[in-house]
Amino acid sequence: MGVIKVKDRDGGVHKLKADKGSTIMEIIRDAGLDIEAACGGCCACATCHVYVMNDKIEKLNAIDDDEESMLDQAFDVEKNSRLGCQIEYTEEMNGMELTLAPQ
Amino acid sequence: MLHKTDVIIIGAGPVGLFAVFELGLLNLKCHLVDNLDKIGGQCSELYPEKPIYDIPAYPKILGQELIDNLMLQIKPFEPVFHLNQQADSIKKVKDGWELTTSENVIIESKCIVVAAGAGSFVPRRPPLEGIEEFENKSIFYAIRDKSKFKDKKIVIAGGGDSALDWTNDLASIADVTLIHRRKDFRAAPDSVSKMLELENDKKINFKLGQLTRLIGKDGNLNKVVYKNEDGIGEIEADYLLPFFGLKMELGPIANWGINLDENLIKVDTEKFETSTPTIFAIGDINTYPGKLKLILSGFHEATLMAQKCFSYSFPDKKNIFRYTTSSKDLHKKLGV
Repeated sequence: MGVIKVKDRDGGVHKLKADKGSTIMEIIRDAGLDIEAACGGCCACATCHVYVMNDKIEKLNAIDDDEESMLDQAFDVEKNSRLGCQIEYTEEMNGMELTLAPQ
Repeated sequence: MLHKTDVIIIGAGPVGLFAVFELGLLNLKCHLVDNLDKIGGQCSELYPEKPIYDIPAYPKILGQELIDNLMLQIKPFEPVFHLNQQADSIKKVKDGWELTTSENVIIESKCIVVAAGAGSFVPRRPPLEGIEEFENKSIFYAIRDKSKFKDKKIVIAGGGDSALDWTNDLASIADVTLIHRRKDFRAAPDSVSKMLELENDKKINFKLGQLTRLIGKDGNLNKVVYKNEDGIGEIEADYLLPFFGLKMELGPIANWGINLDENLIKVDTEKFETSTPTIFAIGDINTYPGKLKLILSGFHEATLMAQKCFSYSFPDKKNIFRYTTSSKDLHKKLGV
């Protein structure tokens, strides 16, 4: 069990408990934060778009073609953009800081 | 145009389609309304090529295969589809409901089944300040009549099939600039190579970047501003065509007076009926204790819902439960 910090669109920062095996999208959604995740996590929409704000980004699995293609449907895509549903939490990500992308 | 049927189903996704089957076995005819231009809902629109592994008796089936099979299964019941239109409003009439679509199609029925998944698909709108002012004047998400683009400056944004198809199509009549965040495109390889060829021949312009701002007045676009790694740039534009795919929203159903829980419709787990008698909700759109958003759960919900629709439609008839394996009556309906 670890913790991730998520900044919502109003600037509020939430410390969320993170369990191995859950995706970042699930952790954020289940905490009741405003992440749409319309497709439910099958990398078929781009509504769980987040920015990874600290160096934990190096601990993430590399972005694959599917995810990169879906990011084409997102807005304000940056170098640290990811889809939350494609990141499965591991202990190495403990302390990761994320910001929800604008809707 | 006025139609009459037994049951109106809103949403032509897998669960709406299977409802046609279960209702059909009980002699109930269906009309389906869907905002997409094709049948199949999310399966066809979002993941036609992705395999699904939890459909009973199918170890693996593609989204589109599931829809094709369902269409085959419901063929004997001759469902009527009203695509490309949203179910806008409902009105209580003497013998049930009258539903009006965004294309002014009017359908009368005894029961309504909402099988709308996560809502209806609408274009994803770029979150640019003041975009509303330009929409339907100089910004369009769909093209009905391309003649107005003749000899105009068009900016097309996006990297999928719609963006590339329209870039290639409009290149011959307009001054087209395609803008996309990267030089890779998730479109048909043929369209990509045609676009690159057009760019090479200077028949279109390509800009790497993302839109950040709109410049114009009274709904008439003048320029679009974009940014990329090199900084900020401007492109002159009479029209902007953003193609960022579709998103889902509940839409007009929210105003029908049905009890909602956030954006989901509350139902009971015996009949999957809403707070309004004769209106049902099945599939991803509904909620009840223990709800799982699975296609297979939607199939179950459709089956129980159909039983109750039968009793509304034929209050004097007894519904005798029969199996498709052995019932001659059901075989006749299925044409086997």
